[in-house]
Amino acid sequence: MENPPLKSLYQQLILEHYRKPKNKADLPDRTVEVRMTNPVCGDEIVLQLKIEGDEIRTARFAGQGCSISQASVSMMTTLLEGRKLADADGIATRFTQMMHGDESAGGDRTLGDLRALQGVSKFPVRIKCALLGFDALLEALKQSGHTPVVRDEGDEEETTP
Amino acid sequence: MSLGATAPSRATLATPVFDPAVLRRDFPILDQEVNSRDLVYLDNAATTQKPASVLTALESYYRRDNANVHRGIHELSRRATVAYEDARARVGRFVGATDPAEVIFTRGTTESINLMAWSWGLDVLREGDEILLTEMEHHSNVVPWQLVAQRTGATLRWLEIDDQGLLELDALPKLLGQRTRLVSLTHVSNVLGTVNPVADIVHTVREHSDALVLIDGAQAVPHLPVDVRSLGCDAYAFSGHKMCGPTGIGVLWARRALLDSMPPFQGGGEMIRVVEREGSTWADLPHKFEAGTPNIAGAIGLSAAVDYLERVGMAAIARHEHELLTYALDHLAEVPGFRGLGPDQVELRSGVISFALGDAHPHDISTILDSEGIAVRAGHHCAQLVMRHLGLPATTRASFYFYNTTDDVDRMVTALHVVKGIFG
Repeated sequence: MENPPLKSLYQQLILEHYRKPKNKADLPDRTVEVRMTNPVCGDEIVLQLKIEGDEIRTARFAGQGCSISQASVSMMTTLLEGRKLADADGIATRFTQMMHGDESAGGDRTLGDLRALQGVSKFPVRIKCALLGFDALLEALKQSGHTPVVRDEGDEEETTP
Repeated sequence: MSLGATAPSRATLATPVFDPAVLRRDFPILDQEVNSRDLVYLDNAATTQKPASVLTALESYYRRDNANVHRGIHELSRRATVAYEDARARVGRFVGATDPAEVIFTRGTTESINLMAWSWGLDVLREGDEILLTEMEHHSNVVPWQLVAQRTGATLRWLEIDDQGLLELDALPKLLGQRTRLVSLTHVSNVLGTVNPVADIVHTVREHSDALVLIDGAQAVPHLPVDVRSLGCDAYAFSGHKMCGPTGIGVLWARRALLDSMPPFQGGGEMIRVVEREGSTWADLPHKFEAGTPNIAGAIGLSAAVDYLERVGMAAIARHEHELLTYALDHLAEVPGFRGLGPDQVELRSGVISFALGDAHPHDISTILDSEGIAVRAGHHCAQLVMRHLGLPATTRASFYFYNTTDDVDRMVTALHVVKGIFG
């Protein structure tokens, strides 16, 4: 692969999460479940969380889609267990900032494996793929009584099916 | 410019030799780099590029003749009206429609089908009536009928496709009956490239029912010679932008008796005869169905596109696309993990290749191809019923037009090896 942006997009860590996703399983004692789809491409994520008080105990998901959407949600779930809802919201905010070009977020350890997705910010049409799991997370937090902080969502992309 | 409208008398036109490498010079947009590579445009089923002659027609209309049609007494209005009505006759003749009154300009295939659904469907359909569609349809030939069926109590029935993506025509007679009011189907599948035997299907429908037959020709008219009269259908819809014309212009052709029996679709200027407080009367065909100021420039641009296509030759276009399809399928088969969808028999297909490649997702394939300067479509192609039949949420689709070459195919094959390099 000679193409540098392509090389930074398809990092080995992303392909590993795509091929062998973490936490891709059913969670029978979940307290909340959110299904998110991207009608443009058909990508789908079902996020299941077990929340006790203000803490995420367990995170599992099901889904199908491209390497970016599936790796992103897999990476995300590895960071959620044992987090306060506000901290999970903070990760979503930081990741969204990274997608919209904030390079400092790429060095933020709280993002864990998600930092490998920094190259997606150079591919505007793929940012939605990377954010699909976080859309599900924010909706799950909302349904669990947490009020997400207001953030800059960036330019919404206009697309037709 | 080999075939540009500005040089109609050049010697090359007297003995036209079909050479895509020459023809593509008529398309300014194709001469550019994307991501530092020469552009390879293989998304023609979504929309086609426009030759310089079409761009010139649009510009000269706006520079010299722009006025509203069928209204003014002044010279510009006269010119615009003549050009618009000439375009109607010209585009109609291209598909064998000899009566311009039967040629309704619309925004495109989607609006043409909606016109049939909301005018004819809402007026005629009753509880228990049946509309027969196929599993192969684009959403634009599914959703309008669902909406009208909900309001009228009509029922949708479905002709299925087999594993190769061919209609299961043996089942057709059993699906037809006294309650069948409409059979609406695509001429050519936008996902699989399947060319349906429309004339035979119309024959079967006539034998077993009194149903009308509406054909979605969006993927047919650009790629093969079409004659609506010899197909025998009652109505036929197509889009300008998929055949070298501008966006926002398309056609509904329908038999005069059918159009006469239908109430207007939209109300407004242009479509009326007399307006009074108590009600109004309608203009004659085709104006009854063209409320408001039409897409005049679009119609003129489409007419120029039809001129261009006829000079290239629809038979030559169909032949070239078949050769390209055969070449592509041969070479793509050598890419490890390539799985092509659609009929095995090339004769039953148009120049569309939907495929899967190992466990690489179509979105990833499309991103990698784009980084190599190659435009393809990834997704469900507005045909989720086909996708469900295939058991795939999405596919990658390469679709050809006459300006594509074997070099374009070679570039795609090379890029798919890059995909394999990343995804294994």
